[in-house]
Amino acid sequence: MNVQHGLNDSREDLGKIAATLRRWIIEQSFASKVGHIGAALSVVDAIAVLWGAVLRQPGTKHPDRDRFILSKGHAALALYSVMRWKGLLDEETFRGYCQDGSRLGVHPEVSLPGIDASTGSLGQGLSLGCGMAWGLRLRGSSARVYVLVSDAECNEGQLWEAVMFAAQHRLTNLTVVVDLNGLQALGSTGAILDMEPLGEKWRAFGWECREVDGHDLQRLTSALSAAAGDRPRVVLARTILGKGVSFMEGRFEWHYRPLDDALYATALRELKAA
Amino acid sequence: MRTTLIETLVDLARVDERIMLLTADLGWNVVEPFLQAYPDRFVNVGVAEQNMLGIATGLALVGYVPYVYSIATFSSMRCYEQIRNGPVLHRLPVRIIGIGGGYAYGHAGPTHHALEDLALARTQPGLSVVVPADREQLRSVLLALRDLVGPAYLRVAKSSVPAVAGLHGRFAWETPELVRPGRDLLLLCTGEMAHPTLQAADMLFSEGLAPAVAVLAHLGFRPGRALTSLLSRFETVVAVEEAFVTGGLGSLAAETIAEGGLRSRLMRCGVAAGLAEHSGSTEYLRSRSGLTAAGLARRISEAFQRKRMAA
Repeated sequence: MNVQHGLNDSREDLGKIAATLRRWIIEQSFASKVGHIGAALSVVDAIAVLWGAVLRQPGTKHPDRDRFILSKGHAALALYSVMRWKGLLDEETFRGYCQDGSRLGVHPEVSLPGIDASTGSLGQGLSLGCGMAWGLRLRGSSARVYVLVSDAECNEGQLWEAVMFAAQHRLTNLTVVVDLNGLQALGSTGAILDMEPLGEKWRAFGWECREVDGHDLQRLTSALSAAAGDRPRVVLARTILGKGVSFMEGRFEWHYRPLDDALYATALRELKAA
Repeated sequence: MRTTLIETLVDLARVDERIMLLTADLGWNVVEPFLQAYPDRFVNVGVAEQNMLGIATGLALVGYVPYVYSIATFSSMRCYEQIRNGPVLHRLPVRIIGIGGGYAYGHAGPTHHALEDLALARTQPGLSVVVPADREQLRSVLLALRDLVGPAYLRVAKSSVPAVAGLHGRFAWETPELVRPGRDLLLLCTGEMAHPTLQAADMLFSEGLAPAVAVLAHLGFRPGRALTSLLSRFETVVAVEEAFVTGGLGSLAAETIAEGGLRSRLMRCGVAAGLAEHSGSTEYLRSRSGLTAAGLARRISEAFQRKRMAA
């Protein structure tokens, strides 16, 4: 069976998709009174590009589908939003986000059809991605594996174990996106555990590294859909936590904080005006 | 036992192409036959147990059955969260091999003494914990694993272990195997403790006691029916394991007695003190914890004399 791209959208369409996803993230996090909004808004452009233009048959049961692991699981609302847009989640299920008995929690679980791996404990997703990429290559599949990690997640030692493994075994069917928003739960990444120069670290570990503006849909698309080289690829996506909502942008408290009525109205107004 | 493990895996992997073997840089002079037979299905991930468990999870997510190999301390504790969030949470057929539980790596010191691996593994309801008592039982366990959908933790003896008389390789899930009949008390043992326990039974027999001996290889998350039924037949049960006395076989026996409303009195033989503070051989460290045939026989005999005096 041929494996098709999810969609061949024009850049403009990807922009519309991302705008829709942002609105859904704000609406649903407010309705469910759940935080982690900043992270979802920071990765939503990368997720729109991946699911809208890069991944082949994502979220299906096709054995040769491209896999997607949201290793920074706390941004799951962005993933649920793109799954809703793809028709993999109906609106009612989506609206059940974080309700008792729902399969849509703060972090994604494989019990929800379309999710390739359960995540939530930082630093573990890339190891799963290595296993998948190795196994898929071994059985002759053309499927590719994409893992989205956070910048603070690069604090975890296990991540670097996986980075070394992927380079050692030339897992060229593996791509990592680092959501480089510069903020972690309690402050700025530079002040807590400075990972810079992060690109040089990945290159030194044997990866092909590209650095892009993580909200530039065109650059993201070309970085993520470029033909595989001779080593695994990492795309450092420089992003802004809470991107698209002025009072959230670059403010670490929006890692956790939920919206109140007044801020919700402001956020929606800003997103509609954009 | 390690050689039997690899030989059996080589056989199984011939018909089951999903089987893979991962090691975290351990198993010199042990794992090579698998590497030679299936170079594509073997990898040394380096000294990186957490990553190894993650890789195994990823492999299982795309259809493989990975065996991961390390010393019991490292494959159970170093990557415990990865076991839980990986094969347990995803319900995948990853087989975690812990080589040399208890004091098998005696002189290597406490960092290498796996005394809590059974307790840690047993607390995960989705993880099957198995401690084969000899080579034949290990083979039976590996055959039984072919049909197990979820993950398993296998504690496998480092060195060769004498065949357990009367066991004949029998293994069934949650089932204690009676290897010596007796009426006065039950010695319930697991893994490498089967042999000294049987020897202790001989010593007790010469003192006029008639102990039964049963080998339990699968330590279930909850008491099983077969174990409840067996324990209900004895006033005195002695659990023998090479591990801390909390969380493993002794705890399972206690839970079985308590929840089953049984009248049995329980004695737990295992490691009751803390981590070793002195260097020593396996035999030395076992004897300090009373985990030799003579040590077991002495402790059980004394307990029985006290019981008789009290009666």
